[in-house]
Amino acid sequence: MSSLISLLFETGDPRPEKLAKILGKDKSEIERELEELQENKTLLGWVPILNPDKADLGKVRAVIEVKISPEREGGFDRMALRISRFEEVDSCYLMSGGYDLLVFVSGENLNSVAAFISERLATIEGVLSTATHFLLRPYKEQNHMLVQEVANEEKPAVSP
Amino acid sequence: MNPENFIADHIKSLPRSGIRDFFAIVSEMPQAISLGIGEPDFVTPWKIREASIFALEKGKTSYTDNRGLLSLRKEISKYCSNFFGPEYDPISEILVTVGVSEAIDIALRSILNPGDKVLYHEPCYVSYAPNVTLAFGEAIPVATTPGQEFSLDPEAFEKAWEPGCKILMLNFPTNPTGGTADREKLERLAKFAKDKDLIVISDEIYAELTYEGEHVSIASIPGMKERTLLLHGFSKSFAMTGFRIGFACGPDWLIDAMMKIHQYCMMCAPILSQEAAIEALVNGADDVLRMREQYHKRRDFVVRRFNEIGLNCHLPRGSFYAFPSVESTGLNEVEFCHRLLREKEVAVVPGTAFGEHGLNHVRASFSTSYEKLVEATDRMESFVDCLDSENNQSAAI
Repeated sequence: MSSLISLLFETGDPRPEKLAKILGKDKSEIERELEELQENKTLLGWVPILNPDKADLGKVRAVIEVKISPEREGGFDRMALRISRFEEVDSCYLMSGGYDLLVFVSGENLNSVAAFISERLATIEGVLSTATHFLLRPYKEQNHMLVQEVANEEKPAVSP
Repeated sequence: MNPENFIADHIKSLPRSGIRDFFAIVSEMPQAISLGIGEPDFVTPWKIREASIFALEKGKTSYTDNRGLLSLRKEISKYCSNFFGPEYDPISEILVTVGVSEAIDIALRSILNPGDKVLYHEPCYVSYAPNVTLAFGEAIPVATTPGQEFSLDPEAFEKAWEPGCKILMLNFPTNPTGGTADREKLERLAKFAKDKDLIVISDEIYAELTYEGEHVSIASIPGMKERTLLLHGFSKSFAMTGFRIGFACGPDWLIDAMMKIHQYCMMCAPILSQEAAIEALVNGADDVLRMREQYHKRRDFVVRRFNEIGLNCHLPRGSFYAFPSVESTGLNEVEFCHRLLREKEVAVVPGTAFGEHGLNHVRASFSTSYEKLVEATDRMESFVDCLDSENNQSAAI
């Protein structure tokens, strides 16, 4: 992992001037590196990490275990890509174990997610079965704890 | 009633910690960015906290053996053998203490008769000289210097020796300078210790936080284990300051003597901290490496920024402190710290809080987030620029 990507993970701050200061480089050099990462599709975009409890996203999220039948040429890829293209699908992974694809979906409400699964996903030829689990309450999101540690207000500002 | 009559003379004459005075000022400015914190900014790794919680759930709330849980002492023995070199018998050569601070105190009290002398290097951790005084000994400071990046200088110790010296006290990597000691210099110092028949108390609490080369313990030099008390703890490298847990490894006769004080004063280290320490030693190595990598990167950033600003700063080879000189600003270290705090709301600690050889230097901890380090160094740059303008105007007048 490059030092720039490592720093992005660490600080969560994409401002080139700040990244440049920490890495001891010119701002223009950082901008160029970021552009290169985007051009070669290493860096796909920027997404805010929100606390769903606080951000009032108005979304229902579910994770679906999907069994599919692999195809002679292409294995699971064509089916996985086909499922991934739905805008309801946030993420899609090929898995080892008791099912083939793990699909993260979101929708306006429970009905819309249910409709997507029953009418669009489950009806695709080659989808053998689905098992849907609705997400109830988040505790950790993208490495961020959503239940904050209690800040130690008595930690001294200066200590030996 | 005159309270003065009820305070012991040697306590009355003991100076207050310079850190304490500065802390009082910073406490009134909670909005200030503090680079004055002498502890990790990381919370103790979860697996270690969880081990302590699990022990509590299981009802482990009792005293332990005075020397500490045997299972912990066995792990300490393994760890020391792997990391520091010497092998210590868990039964007779290891004592679990309430932090390294307790170990220093009871070691000095065990060894010193009134008037015995202790050689130690300075700038150094704030408690060394007061602890010697409290044990009725005489502390003899030996300067480490910016010219040698505050590293161990055996020749300076040899010159400072005088009759009555009994202990050589070391702390490498050093708080506050980040200075370290290489094998060659330690070998020369070991010869000196043997020639003068000195006991070495070696506080190696920052050992894992060595960034350049490998840490070498003086206890690993042939012939030194028998006259060295190796002190180590979990506060710094495992981010466990609040657990208050450390240990001393040394010859059985010295551990026995320390035990006499420890059993009457402390009884034992808290069992929950001992349980956490076992987890740290068994499964915490990855966490130490992860934190060290972060400190390493932040060190490089802070040192570069200080030098860009014009505050001459050597590369600290260990610990999580930078120790830049403020001489170029025309202010002494105390004026610099007070004005920086008042005018830019950034707290760093005057070098003289760590002994008079910290003159014209300040200690800045880089154990804090990039966000704060970037902001703090930007403010320091602005402060130094303002000082330069002031100095130029004065010169023009």
